Amino acid sequence: MKTEQIGKPSNRVDGRAKVTGEAKYAAEFNAPNLAYGFVLNSAIARGTIKSIDTSKALALDGVLEVFTHENRPGYVWGDKNYQDEDSPPGSPFRPLYKSEIQFSMQPIALVVAETFELARYAATLVEVVYEPDEFESDFNANMEKAYKPKKYKSTPPQDPRGKPEEALAEAAVKIEQTYAHPSEHHNPMEMHASTVVWEGDGRITVYDKIQGVQNSQKYLTNAFGLDEAHVRVISPFVGGAFGSGLRPQYQLFLAVLAALQLKRSVRVVLTRQQMFSFGHRPKTVQRFAIGASEDGKLQAIQQDVFAETSKFEDYSEDVVIWPGVLYKCDNVKLSHKLVGLDVYTPLDMRAPGGTTGIYAMECAMDEMAYKLGMDPLEFRLKNYAEKDQNKDKLFSSKELKECYRQGAEKFGWSKRNPEPRSMKEGHNLVGWGMAHGAWEAKQQEAEAKATLTPDGKLTVGSATADIGTGTYTAMTQIAADTVGLPLENVTFQLGDSSLPKSPLEGGSWTVSSVGSAVKAVCDKVREKLLDLAQQLENSPVANVGLDEVTFADGKISLNTDPSKTVSILDALKQNGGQAIEEKVTSKPVEGQEKFSPYAHSATFVEVKVDEDLGTVKVTRVVSAIAGGRIINPKTARSQILGGMVWGIGAALEEETVMDNNLGRFINHDLDKYHVPVNADVHDMEVIFVEEKDEHVNPIGAKGLGEIGIVSVAPAIANAVFHATGKRIRELPITLDKLL
Amino acid sequence: MRPFTFTRVKDVATAVQEVTGQQNAKFIAGGTNLLDLMKIDVMTPQHLVDITHIALKTIEENKEGGLRLGALATNAATAYHALVETRYPLLSHAILAGATGQLRNMATDGGNLLQRTRCYYFYDTDTPCNKREPGSGCSAIKGYNRDLAILGTSEHCIATHPSDMAVALAALDAKVNVTGKDGDRVIPILEFHRLPGDKPHIDTNLKEDEIITSIDLPAKGFADHYTYIKLRDRASYAFALVSVAIGLEMEGNTVKEARIALGGVAHKPWRLPQAEALLQGKEATKANFTKVAEAYLEGAKGYGDNDFKIELARRAMVRALEQALSMEAAS
Ligand SMILES: Cc1cc2nc3c(=O)[nH]c(=O)nc-3n(C[C@H](O)[C@H](O)[C@H](O)COP(=O)(O)OP(=O)(O)OC[C@H]3O[C@@H](n4cnc5c(N)ncnc54)[C@H](O)[C@@H]3O)c2cc1C
Ligand code: SF4
Repeated sequence: MKTEQIGKPSNRVDGRAKVTGEAKYAAEFNAPNLAYGFVLNSAIARGTIKSIDTSKALALDGVLEVFTHENRPGYVWGDKNYQDEDSPPGSPFRPLYKSEIQFSMQPIALVVAETFELARYAATLVEVVYEPDEFESDFNANMEKAYKPKKYKSTPPQDPRGKPEEALAEAAVKIEQTYAHPSEHHNPMEMHASTVVWEGDGRITVYDKIQGVQNSQKYLTNAFGLDEAHVRVISPFVGGAFGSGLRPQYQLFLAVLAALQLKRSVRVVLTRQQMFSFGHRPKTVQRFAIGASEDGKLQAIQQDVFAETSKFEDYSEDVVIWPGVLYKCDNVKLSHKLVGLDVYTPLDMRAPGGTTGIYAMECAMDEMAYKLGMDPLEFRLKNYAEKDQNKDKLFSSKELKECYRQGAEKFGWSKRNPEPRSMKEGHNLVGWGMAHGAWEAKQQEAEAKATLTPDGKLTVGSATADIGTGTYTAMTQIAADTVGLPLENVTFQLGDSSLPKSPLEGGSWTVSSVGSAVKAVCDKVREKLLDLAQQLENSPVANVGLDEVTFADGKISLNTDPSKTVSILDALKQNGGQAIEEKVTSKPVEGQEKFSPYAHSATFVEVKVDEDLGTVKVTRVVSAIAGGRIINPKTARSQILGGMVWGIGAALEEETVMDNNLGRFINHDLDKYHVPVNADVHDMEVIFVEEKDEHVNPIGAKGLGEIGIVSVAPAIANAVFHATGKRIRELPITLDKLL
Repeated sequence: MRPFTFTRVKDVATAVQEVTGQQNAKFIAGGTNLLDLMKIDVMTPQHLVDITHIALKTIEENKEGGLRLGALATNAATAYHALVETRYPLLSHAILAGATGQLRNMATDGGNLLQRTRCYYFYDTDTPCNKREPGSGCSAIKGYNRDLAILGTSEHCIATHPSDMAVALAALDAKVNVTGKDGDRVIPILEFHRLPGDKPHIDTNLKEDEIITSIDLPAKGFADHYTYIKLRDRASYAFALVSVAIGLEMEGNTVKEARIALGGVAHKPWRLPQAEALLQGKEATKANFTKVAEAYLEGAKGYGDNDFKIELARRAMVRALEQALSMEAAS
């Protein structure tokens, strides 16, 4: 297939709409007679609401209603009615269900008023009397109560491979260390919001901030017993989500409840502070014991994971799969336990499990390399995994060695003095560190439809999301390429529950899943077009198969004689003025399960650490990525850069702090919860190494949403060690830890 | 937000009148602090008096050969003013170490002095906080206090004053000119902010009916030997964990006069003239710098998470003194 669009660094097709403000987000859709809801959150972490007096709020002119557990209508409250596509095993949180408080900042009331500020003011007048109970919020104090969940949401830890205990005992060189990764909150730029438009007759249209409109739709039909035909969920643009939009959040439930009760359109927008009142990356503590032979061959890996969850759902993520994916080692022992706290259930956050798991493992491996007196890169080459040992399958492709080579060369790794504290510049100690990473390239089932109208305009749609990743653009490119049309003639639609079914926008699988569906539906359009072209009198493409023609530049041309062409417009004329309409369901291709599909990365970092003051500056980062076929190098690079910046944040700045006297995350705004600013970001380089993958999916792309972040924080932590000789095993590495 | 009435005034006298005897009236200048706090119900004025149309924006030379900064001059206008840049570069640097370009364009010099603490609990109305709600208790002392004070604290409050500008003003011995119903008075900068004691809800010695009209900078600007070091958790757009403002007057390698003010460590910019005097007439050596730093931190007390600030402040002071001496830009 000749490609015109795929691989081109096209600008975002929605770029103009975004910078001009034409692109509308959930809280920006208006409706006549719109009412505004403001959420009141619990002040305590655990207990019951003894009384909740809303009379003062209701007495204000313009306050329409205050919904609480006392007056909310009687819905069905079964667990099943509140589970969604991303629910962990357990009993999901149900807003306003009962008087019980399960976590601090739990939503306990929705005040609905004629204006937002009035609703917010009225919320301060609601008087709540609590009966507080003892709570558990201290992760470290509760580690001894960690348990193995009955059912893992993630891949359960495998049974031991080989003879890990013996191998560890016999290994010539050993390290044993514990690493801690704090809780983090997603903090996308756009706050969670839902605008519910009351259409009359029990019908609603919901504009929701979500990474899967059909997930919200299903949730609403289940929770409110609504007919699917009566609920349409729309989400054309999402101002970042990073996983926070994988599950419908409570503002959606509350806004819909209010709209149905008041028979009026209602909008609920969370505040930045309230963005800290639901899912987050779980605090994760990991013990690694690693054994190697004197010449640097890994003999045994033992990983014991302790990760935060709530008391009502068993959230877990893929923290324990990495030893099997990233290093060759025959003796491996894994455990993964949960620490249940009185907090909201954690939630997938960019590279869930990878960000935490790869961080700890890559720091541990760096420690091992030092102990062996080996170059960290050489150590990784020596223990290169040719196979995914978790599944005992070959990788569908793995150009990680090329990542090492190109990354190291660009960075100048060979000039590194291995000795810690050996490089100095004024007050600064200079350190170079590296780490590698991986992320699974899954493909899910997805549907797409396509309509090619007689004027040659193609519209393709699937109910997926674009959370800033560039889905609109990539899908438009794939469709344009397949049918041989210029980009301007192609429109991709997403974010509407009435579109064909799509998986949640997460797991870096959108390009491979939805992209494959887009390609498949466009292949059907091609077929139809060739058929029509062959109906022309004296057709230049008569009697040839699809593989004997090329679709490009709005034409179908014969491969053997490109001067013989039929224009797509002419072919369409054979369709009796009708559009071509196709719909497909695309499933992972057969044979794919024989391989293990992963994207890989290698990251090299330079830091400068002020020796006296402990400040760390990440002066250079080079990340080399093996991500299969790159559909759009420009949006792809942005994805990786975003991951790298986040890696700086994870390594040095981000942490949601639990106050254990209150059982409350206490730095709940962007003044006190730090993410990197421009001044923290210096020289950044992204390399995409060439990687052909014939097994992963029909388009050969692996998805890049998460591979960009996983190896950055450990590379920084390793560079800080190289600079200072201090091993900080608890993120973030703030200056006080280096004094 | 709670409903409030709003009025715009054009002169100082009317401004004072508008707040005198009024329960819970507040001036509003740039609004960058006040509005944030009103939105989250931490400050709940019932009457706002917009003072931005009073002619108090000018920056001009004063009688003492120094500069007078109008209370409504913006932080940006002040930091980039040619006379401030050349004669008081310490002040320029300190202002530019704070907030962001957008905020500094709105923030006024008067408002900057009166910005409130950034203590986590002060911002969360569901937690006890003596500063926000007198008598409710202090959540920080036994809670999370990484950002909080190590000097001048009380058993009722360990909050810090977050301003960068005020730290430079403290080093420069600025004076705050105010007008109230009883007339004009001058408050030396070191007496402007107060320690929390048993009344942590009161940040400053400004009276309820008083308006800041201007800030006077004395003639001496320490433009030859100065520095402002701000240590924080990221390179920009974060409040100081510890900051140090230095002004040195040198004669050869002998210190004629030293000014040292610390930020991020107390309820007010921290200056100890008697400790500064230890450097007077002394050689500018690391050993002497360390001695002063130690004197500054005598009696410093950590509360757990913020223990590190004591050592950090000590090192930062030594570094800052060295930097001011050599005038080599920090790397
Ligand atoms: C995100 C963010 C980051 C920030 N970072 C920093 C930083 O790093 N360093 C730093 O120093 N500051 C920082 N600031 C604070 C900023 O400098 C202050 O908010 C600003 O200086 C306040 O000035 P204003 O004119 O906006 O005051 P306003 O918000 O209008 O008023 C603040 C208070 O002062 C009173 N007031 C104002 N003018 C007068 C007057 N003339 N007389 C009497 N009373 C008056 C008001 O009544 C009010 O109580 C930051 C602020 C924000 C929002
Ligand atoms: S330190 Fe002061 S501001 Fe902070 S909680 Fe205690 S009383 Fe409130």
